[in-house]
Amino acid sequence: MALSGIEIYKLLPGGLKPPHPKANCKECGFPTCLAFAMKLAAKQAELASCQYVSEEAQEKLAAAAAPPIRLIKVSSNGHEVAAGNETVMYRHEKTFFHPAGVFVRINDSDGLDAIRELVSTADEYKVNYVGMDLAVDGFAIKSTGDAATFSAGVEAVRGATKRPLILISADAAVMEAGLKAAGDSKSLICGASPENWEAMAALAKSHKAPLTVGGSTLDEMAELTDKIKAAGVEDMVLNPVVTTLPEALGVWTQLRRLALRKTFRPLGYPIIAFPSQFSADSQIAAVQAIAKYAGFIVLDRFNPADLYPLLVFRQNIYTDPQKPIQVSPGLYEINNPGPDSPVMVTTNFSITYFSVSNEVEGSGRKGWLLVADAEGMSVLTAWAAGKFDAERIAKTVKSTGIESKVNHRRLTIPGHVAVLSGELEDELPGWEIKVGPREAVNLPQYLKLME
Amino acid sequence: MPVEIPKEKWTGKVRLVTLGATAAEGGTRTRRVTVGGGTTLPFLFFEGDMPHKPVIGIEIRDRKPDDWSPLLGLAWGEAMNDPGDWAKAAEQAGADAIVLAFNLADADGKAPTAAHAKATVRKVLQATGLPVIVNGPGQADLDNELLVAAAEEGAGERLVLGLCEDRNYRTIVAAALGHGHLVQARTAMDVNLAKQLNILITDMQLPLDRVLMDPTTGALGYGIEYGYSVMERLRIAALQGDSMTQCPMIVTPGEEAWKAKESKVGEGVPKAWGDWQERAINWELVTASSLVESGADIVVLRHPESVKRVHAMIDAMMAG
Ligand code: B12
Ligand code: SF4
Repeated sequence: MALSGIEIYKLLPGGLKPPHPKANCKECGFPTCLAFAMKLAAKQAELASCQYVSEEAQEKLAAAAAPPIRLIKVSSNGHEVAAGNETVMYRHEKTFFHPAGVFVRINDSDGLDAIRELVSTADEYKVNYVGMDLAVDGFAIKSTGDAATFSAGVEAVRGATKRPLILISADAAVMEAGLKAAGDSKSLICGASPENWEAMAALAKSHKAPLTVGGSTLDEMAELTDKIKAAGVEDMVLNPVVTTLPEALGVWTQLRRLALRKTFRPLGYPIIAFPSQFSADSQIAAVQAIAKYAGFIVLDRFNPADLYPLLVFRQNIYTDPQKPIQVSPGLYEINNPGPDSPVMVTTNFSITYFSVSNEVEGSGRKGWLLVADAEGMSVLTAWAAGKFDAERIAKTVKSTGIESKVNHRRLTIPGHVAVLSGELEDELPGWEIKVGPREAVNLPQYLKLME
Repeated sequence: MPVEIPKEKWTGKVRLVTLGATAAEGGTRTRRVTVGGGTTLPFLFFEGDMPHKPVIGIEIRDRKPDDWSPLLGLAWGEAMNDPGDWAKAAEQAGADAIVLAFNLADADGKAPTAAHAKATVRKVLQATGLPVIVNGPGQADLDNELLVAAAEEGAGERLVLGLCEDRNYRTIVAAALGHGHLVQARTAMDVNLAKQLNILITDMQLPLDRVLMDPTTGALGYGIEYGYSVMERLRIAALQGDSMTQCPMIVTPGEEAWKAKESKVGEGVPKAWGDWQERAINWELVTASSLVESGADIVVLRHPESVKRVHAMIDAMMAG
């Protein structure tokens, strides 16, 4: 929690008891230390403007300004997954910032060829959703207990992917072998428990790698993060032991609240979740982890039919509620259209635009797609809000210059706004308005019939 | 290090709403369903109570719809040809309530009539002892006609009549008042619109313990984030004591998810989408389970497999 103006004032020259000789000297550009403190609290001034703040006070102010949930990064070869630094409990309060990293788990005992094959398939996996390529973020390798096996397993994974890794073993000697095999990437060490924390913290320190901290109660975890911090490791990820869906929900909610509402530093770290550990239905568990605060998620298997919905869900939950994802309005050419290709119109809400353009593109047919500026809203939403009416559509037709590119005057509108056709014919003299299908899925068939 | 767990001190509580009437209450249902009563956000048992679990409605139609995914056809088979059989199959599949929705047109393209609505409602009431929710096809005039007929036929059964929207609430609320039913009050993803409609409904003297709020949802990938957040906001408002938001919430993830291309289409789609059947069910499951986490008291589903999995989720949650 950020400090209030008064709390900051108490650390400035004028707020000390007794006040510093320079109190209210105005050198910072403000009439009093109190006025300066208020500006600092509102983030409209820089602490550096006052030269008389003690070192101790500077440290306190810096610590208070640190984000309540520490930002933790794992990385390798230019890939990076960052979690933490969240500021709200509910996405409507502002937005969620760092989408949970999705990792696929491998066992080191699975056989090296099988490991290589699975990892390269999952590594290449990518799926397009509204113009964004969604992919797996990295891999977690779990040790079955033997250092040589672990080292070989990690090496096999490392050979098949450049993405970040999570190394899982409770044995520090095994972990050390894995870290060595992982090369110079910054892997997540998973991890420390009340039993092994000293050795694990030493590894985290020497490899400058983040460390997960496990515990079966919040008290236990808080105690452990304090000890590990004292041992010189700052980057931690919480790994609470949870065995049921509601327990996971409860604990993660408590952790988020403690960090955001109480600025409780010992638990101010992102969370790692292992969906199969607390539900027989790991898909449902993963959904909960995405919505309810996990920073890293480790899936037990790689299955596109599970993964695609999950990655889309993550994308949805992490979009900014204040600004829908949009494309720029204008004229889009699909499959090199010519003068006699059909002209269609839609809105600039990303989901809408891509639903339509993917269908036309996939059909192999040529088309001109006019994208009206509907302020990022779907067809019906924009229509209901008066942002996709005959006037706006006509304006799009005129401003894009489509009239000089085609030798016909036929415009297809979305089936959901069939009611607009009359008005549109008035707005666009000479144009014939055609009502297309209601759902984009039926566009290929419609275009075929039109020919 | 003892950590003090921060708990919310909510002052409000979700209203209790009971669907269905047994003989004792003047109906013929063999089971009633009560939802609501929550004193905290979903499943946060460390700070509050959730006396009634969220329940599942299964959507059936008055006749086999022409535009549903073939996967749903495979799942329900012959039962889809008769609303009575379909209702029985839905009960078998684990429905807590049956949602009977009318198609916009019959097999010959003609609009369904009041007589058809009555006969269908009767058939469904006879086929199942579960509470029944009746939805019109979504066209104001037709909705009014069919829902009024349904209300008459099911008098005393504590049906839920939907959709009750700002444009038709007078007729639907009057029918609910006249025949002892409830309403499904739908608004377009907006806290204030939801409150406003509830005010209009209470102005007509229908008590709020006969109102389910339907804040509308989108499918996964097609606007679910708006539905998810508006439900969180409504539930937080309810817990903060805002009386007009304290009705239990009903949403239709089944209908939305099965409209998505991801569930409808098996061919000519990217390989990265994975196995069709698994993906389609996941589409409904992810949509529904996230809405249960954000405050849904009734989710209306379409596929028996999602029903099974959402039930398992709810049971696991309630054992918490
Ligand atoms: C998400 C949503 C919102 C979000 C906005 C999301 C956004 N960025 O647009 C929010 C919550 C902000 C919202 C607000 C409102 N909404 Co709204 N919203 C929805 C919802 C749930 C989903 C819309 C969506 O994203 N669909 C997915 C996209 C991809 O669909 P689409 O754009 O229609 O595109 C499809 C087709 O049209 C077709 N298509 C598209 N372009 C083209 C082009 C051609 C040529 C062809 C052939 C086909 C085609 O292909 C696409 C895929 O099949 C719908 C209900 C529902 N479940 O559908 C209500 C809905 C659209 N909203 C509605 C309303 C009334 C509103 C509000 C006016 C409410 C209010 N008074 O506040 C506001 C308006 C906004 C404002 N004033 O700022 C109503 C519209 C009623 C009507 N029939 O007119 C709906 C239908 C809900 C309802 N049943 O009442 N909404
Ligand atoms: S520079 Fe500003 S804040 Fe610092 S002592 Fe002078 S008046 Fe106070």
